[in-house]
Amino acid sequence: MTDWLSPAEWQAVMLSLRVSFWAVIASLPLGLFVAYALARWRFRGHALLNGLVHLPLILPPVVTGYLLLLTFGRKGWIGALLDPWFGPVFAFRWTGAALAAAVMAFPLMVRAIRLAIEAVDPKLEQAAGTLGAARPWVFATVTLPLILPGIVAGMILAFAKAMGEFGATITFVSNIPGQTQTLPSAIYAALQIPGGEPIAARLVLVSIVIAMAALLLSEAISRAVARRIAGS
Amino acid sequence: MTLTFQMRHTFPALVLDVAFAAPRGITVLFGRSGCGKTTVVQAVAGLLRPDEGRIVADDTVLLDSALGINLPPHQRRLGYVFQDARLFPHLTVHQNLRYGRWFTRKHAMAQVMDETEIIEILGIGPLLSRRPGSLSGGEKQRVAIGRAILGNPRLLLMDEPLAALDTARKAEILPCLEQLRDELGLTILYVSHSMSEVARLADNVVVLEDGLVRATGPAEQVLTDPAAGFAADEAGAILDARMIGREDDGMARLETLAGALWLPDLRADPGAVLRLRIPARDVMLARTRPEGISALNVLEAEVIDLHPDGAAMMMVRLRAGGAVLLASLTRRSAAALDLVPGQRVHAIVKSASLLRERA
Repeated sequence: MTDWLSPAEWQAVMLSLRVSFWAVIASLPLGLFVAYALARWRFRGHALLNGLVHLPLILPPVVTGYLLLLTFGRKGWIGALLDPWFGPVFAFRWTGAALAAAVMAFPLMVRAIRLAIEAVDPKLEQAAGTLGAARPWVFATVTLPLILPGIVAGMILAFAKAMGEFGATITFVSNIPGQTQTLPSAIYAALQIPGGEPIAARLVLVSIVIAMAALLLSEAISRAVARRIAGS
Repeated sequence: MTLTFQMRHTFPALVLDVAFAAPRGITVLFGRSGCGKTTVVQAVAGLLRPDEGRIVADDTVLLDSALGINLPPHQRRLGYVFQDARLFPHLTVHQNLRYGRWFTRKHAMAQVMDETEIIEILGIGPLLSRRPGSLSGGEKQRVAIGRAILGNPRLLLMDEPLAALDTARKAEILPCLEQLRDELGLTILYVSHSMSEVARLADNVVVLEDGLVRATGPAEQVLTDPAAGFAADEAGAILDARMIGREDDGMARLETLAGALWLPDLRADPGAVLRLRIPARDVMLARTRPEGISALNVLEAEVIDLHPDGAAMMMVRLRAGGAVLLASLTRRSAAALDLVPGQRVHAIVKSASLLRERA
């Protein structure tokens, strides 16, 4: 496998996997919270929060990348705050690529989890309450197990989206091999040099394989969970 | 356990103003749909917060709007059996049954429910490893009853638990309920719109109508109260009876406060205490002792009062020995017999049905 891909190409694949993995893991708690709030709570600013979450889906990725640069770049208002303490946290680093991927994938994750939460009958949660379970316990013992398929679906969708993220990443953290050059950036870079098509073709193949594997995995997991709940 | 309940709540289409006490045993909240029965039970459970009210279970205040006390549902320690069983689909039957136990440990348990015994009474032993998705309606409801009881509640709330089941399934579950009540000494608040369930289960009755309490008290008293507003085909007395013995022709002799009665096809042991129901429309009246009739049960009685029931009918309340009976007559018959309070009559009981054996 390593013979088949050059070390530089291999580096791009591994970086993409790492960036996407951390993008999904790090945004999951917030995604779960926001999905629960949108599904179950009625509060002032509900529509505004919903809009904000979905914004990256409808904005041009370049705009999202630029806004990230303004916010988290070394001179951005959060970036500048972190800089004296931790050095550059996101700017031109793989963590920045993960941040960009997380923001772009967030709407998909929230949407999948929210749909799963809305499908849970609140009457079941009420029944758990009458049996002595306080709110956090109701969530942990009833809601969470029932929305697990939705969470898995949301994570895999978000992972696939993160793997394919290009516009916001290249705008925010550029295209530095080994640092921020993810699969799509590497494919783009390969197509910019004469004779780069074979490299691009190999990376495209890797992208397809990873995407297909993610899809099959999510199908298998949700089938297994559904079978468990159906009760055979 | 005694529940003292008082609430006032305004809905767009209904104003509820309800107060009653539920002592140990089964208290049935009876009324047509939409009269506010479920709202009362939800208020007891803490699922609905009334505008104003006070709900006390023995010495624990569950709600007192004047003092600003409102315990959340999970701290009230009540069992709630819903009309739809609401079992947790991701847990097995056994895990469902034990759900409440995870959370009651911290309370000092006065009495620990014996899991094996309850599973045995409900007949759900063979289901323990299955998931709710594969259970029938009757099985689900029995598991739901077990789950509520095993949470070790001080009070069991049952909101029409049998309404969604067919007659055969109801007949399976009713004896379980009676056994549970008798063996565990539970206090149960039971919502129903079915007269047969009330007559069979109730120790006490609260009749609700349009958000108000129309009648409340011990079952024998409320069910013979013409002011409780039962329809003519629902009205009737319930009577405790003691089995004396069976004769060779198959008739059983019973002793009741109203006098001795003969009933066919009764298989109870001598000394057993039973509950009978005598529907008002199966009681005929005669001024003189009837002769040459087929009815075996003729009781001496005295008219207490008469209540017009629609345009043509009359509900007559009778005192027979130490019991109260109801008779439904046409107004024409009542006039022909010249019935007035205090009148001595003979009550011909055409049928009496066995409701249950009492422990």
